[in-house]
Parts: sequence; C-alpha cells; structure tokens
Amino acid sequence: MRRFTWFNATSLTLGFAFLYIPMIILVIYSFNSSRLVTVWAGFSTRWYGELLRDEAFLDAAWVTLRVAFISSTIATILGTMAAYVLVRGGKFMGRTLFSGMIYAPLVMPEVITGLSLLLLFISIGLDRGVFTIILAHTTFSMCYVSVVVSSRLVSFDRSVEEAALDLGCTPFDAFRSVTLPIIAPAVVSGWLLAFTLSLDDLVIASFTAGPSATTLPIKIFSSVRLGVSPEINALSTILIALVTIGVVTASLVSKQRITRAKRDEQMAEQAAA
Amino acid sequence: MNLARRTLIGIPYLWLVLLFLVPFGIIFKISLSDIALAIPPYTPTLDLSEGLSGIREFIAGLDWENYIFLTEDDLYWRAYLSSLRIALISTVLALLVGFPIAYGMANASPEWRPTLMMLVILPFWTSFLIRVYAWIGILSNEGFLNQFLLWTGLISDPLQIMNTSTAVYIGIVYTYLPFMILPIYATLERLDGSLLEAAEDLGCSRASAFWLVTIPLSKSGVIAGCFLVFIPALGEFVIPSLLGGSSTLMIGKVLWEEFFSNRDWPVASAVAIILLLILVIPIILFQKNQEKQAEAET
Repeated sequence: MRRFTWFNATSLTLGFAFLYIPMIILVIYSFNSSRLVTVWAGFSTRWYGELLRDEAFLDAAWVTLRVAFISSTIATILGTMAAYVLVRGGKFMGRTLFSGMIYAPLVMPEVITGLSLLLLFISIGLDRGVFTIILAHTTFSMCYVSVVVSSRLVSFDRSVEEAALDLGCTPFDAFRSVTLPIIAPAVVSGWLLAFTLSLDDLVIASFTAGPSATTLPIKIFSSVRLGVSPEINALSTILIALVTIGVVTASLVSKQRITRAKRDEQMAEQAAA
Repeated sequence: MNLARRTLIGIPYLWLVLLFLVPFGIIFKISLSDIALAIPPYTPTLDLSEGLSGIREFIAGLDWENYIFLTEDDLYWRAYLSSLRIALISTVLALLVGFPIAYGMANASPEWRPTLMMLVILPFWTSFLIRVYAWIGILSNEGFLNQFLLWTGLISDPLQIMNTSTAVYIGIVYTYLPFMILPIYATLERLDGSLLEAAEDLGCSRASAFWLVTIPLSKSGVIAGCFLVFIPALGEFVIPSLLGGSSTLMIGKVLWEEFFSNRDWPVASAVAIILLLILVIPIILFQKNQEKQAEAET
C-alpha cells in the first residue's frame, strides 16, 4: 500500500528545491557579466575565459587530477585486497585491529587525520608535496573502497568460487576468473568514490601538501576566504556539470544492466520451460 | 599459512599500521611534549636511537601540561561545548528535513524511485566545498535571500545570517542531508505496507498508524542517519570557517588555527586527542546500532 499524498509531494518538492536551488543559482550567476556576484548585469562567458587563462588554477587542477588518479588507483588495489582479507581471509592474528583500522578512518574527523599524517611525515623527515598528498589520500580512500567491495563480497554466492577451486583452479586463478568479474562493479564504484573523495578533499590536503603543492580545493578555499568571486562560480559550474554527466551516465548504465539481467532471466526461464 | 595469503594480508595491514596507527601514536606523543621555538616546534622529542635511556628521559620529562592548559583556558571548553551543541542541533534539523523527503521517496511509485535516489546522491558526489560556497552568495547581507525578503517586504533591513551559527546550521544540514536521507529511505522502503493496513483495519487512524508502526520500524535508519550527520559535524572545519565567521566556535576550527596560525603543535595534538575521546562514545553507539540492524536482517 503506497500512498502518494499531497504531503509526500510537498515534502519532495521542498526537499529537492532545498538541495538544488543553491547549486542552480551558482550556475546561473557564473554567466553573469558583473564582478559583483549577487547583482545580475547580463549574460557573459567572460569568467570562463578568465578561469582558463589563470595559470595558478590550471596548475592546481592538474595537480589535483594527478593526485586523484594515482591515489584512487592504489587505494582500489589495497582496498580490494583488504576487503577480500576481511570477508574471505578467515581468522588471523590481529584481525580485530585490522577491521578497526578499516572502519575508523571513515568516522575520523578530517582535521585529526590530516594532523596525524602531517606529524608522521615531519617526524620521518619526508618532504611534503604531491607525494605526501597521494599517501594521505590513498590511506583514507582505501577504507571506503574496502567497505564498498566487501559489501559486494558478502552478498555473493561463495560456492561458485569453491567450484572453481574444485575444478583445479589455483586460488589466484579462481579470484581472477570468478571473483573479480563478479565484484567488478563494486571495484569500479570504489575507484570512482576514491577519485571523488580525493578531488574533493581540502582539509587533509592542506595539512599534507606543504608549500610546494597546491590542489584545486586549497586554491578555491583560499580565494573564497577573500569573498565570493565569479571565477569560482565558473569553476563550480564546470565541476557540477562533470559530476552530473558522470552520475547520470552511471545510473543509466546500471539501469540498462538491470533490464538486461531481467531479460536474460526471462529468456532462461522460457528456455527451461 | 602460505606466502600468497601472507602477502595479501600483509600489504594492506602494513599500510594502515604505518599511515594510520603510527600517526596516532605520534599525535599522542606530541600532545605530551612542550612547545619550543625550533623545527619541529616542540620538545622533548623521543629519541629512539639512544635506546632505553632515551625512552626513560622522555618519560621523566612527561607532564600533562597541555591537557591541563586545555582545562584552564575557557576557549577550549567553550569550543568543545559549542561544537557539541551545533552538531546536535544540526542533526535534529537534518532529521526534520530529511525524514519527510525519505518518506516521500519511499512512497513514490517504483518507476520514480531510482530517479529520486539519483537526485539525492548527485549532490553527494558534487564537491563539498562548492556546496558550502554556494550558500555564501545566498546568506550574505546583500545575498539572494535578503534580496528576496526585502523585495517581498517581509523585512525592511537585511538579516544578519552570514557569520552566525544559523549559517553553520544551514550549511551542515545542507551538506550532510544525503547521509540522513539514504539510511532512513533504506528502512522505509523495506517497510511492509500490510502492517500499516493491519493497523488501520484494527482501528488506528492514519496518523497513529504512522506513529505506532512507521516510526518504530524506521528507528534503526533514523539512528544511523543521525550518527552519520552528528559524527562528522562535530569535527567540521570547512563549514564554520566559511559560513560561521569569527563568532562561531567549533573545535575543528580551533585545532586548525592552533596548528596553522599559532603553530602550537603540542596543544593542537592535545585538542585532537580530546576530540577523539569525545567521538569514541557516538562511534561505539553507531557500531552497536549497525550490528543490531545486521542481526535483524539475517
């Protein structure tokens, strides 16, 4: 018994208005020709031009993308390993500590994670820069990857893996040809999550970046502190557009996959009958 | 145990020990040392190369000075209390805003639900910083909200919202709303509609069926959502520093300033350790709730 009443309609409308109006305003005013962000003075793409000529922003964007790509890739490998160990590893020494270390970073305030890593880098005399940001991002995002992947590992039928082993696969072959294809969607979403988290992170990057490397969030933060600027609006619009394209594509793909799976099932049933 | 298994366990294990566990030890160690005009700016440093005598010297020089300092200076007390208050109020507000949305989603027709779900998740993938930034233009004195209210004639002078705790509440509710909606939606969606029918057949009004059936059955989602908002809000830095101005005290901001502006690493470390101790309680409660939920499902 589902009820779609006026109450539900109102709460959905108001709720989504609350979620989206701020971003819509941001996008609209990125096309404002005036430097005053809250006064509309006519349509212009001037700020996009200025943004693309701003070397500092472009450098920061390049650093951010590099960090995000490398750290999310390492995090995906480590996180998948960790998930596999947690779900299939059985008992081993220090298992409780291990799962604690996987879950703790998810709830740790960023200021503490950032501070602790910075103190580590300084006490071992590691120069701060792109490399230390990559280490920091890998550490916290591998935990997210491992949570995403392990939820998939828990839910799938283990006997398929065992069948592969019985039929003479080595454990590694069984993982590569049976387990990995099944958990692949979770591994991909884990990578995407890690990538986004890294793109997004301000606090941990600020602690671990040092003066030599500036990421996009650090750059945005320092210019936003001085006030609202139309260039930031333009940059935000670009980022919002990229995310929207990504999320919409992902949900279309998964919808297609579900429909295909349903169709396959039906065909299989018909064939069986 | 064969070599492959050992490597598989060993690599992520070692990574986390080196980059998660050890750093905490270092924070704790530095929180016990004194500030000094040096690089790194604290003393004494634990010198392991001197072996046992180094450790003994370190322990002899130990005092809890930085923690005592935290209790004496009321700035820190007020910052912890005000963080707790802000996190608590924002959580309640997020629940009040998020529950109706989750409820509306769960009652929408099944074809609509994936789209609604996507609309909730989309802001979550969008940069956090940008979503906070969007509110600066809305809440400032000459911002859109004030322009709108002045235009409607509801107010004659612009409201001061920016740089107050109200702005921080709005920021936290806005950015963490998906974390509140998703777990509640997950429990409401699974809710068996026939239970509501049964309640109404037995003479409940719609409202009392809602209170007696829907609310209790969505409890675990509500609790999970509340913790997912409360825990990160407590140590929040970006929102208070962009929207709260200098009048809003939050401990994440205090820690940041202690470190970057005052360069007082020992005190910053002590602030971090106390914040962790405060967070342990909600984290354990959250874990308990998740375990209970997992048990109920199996």
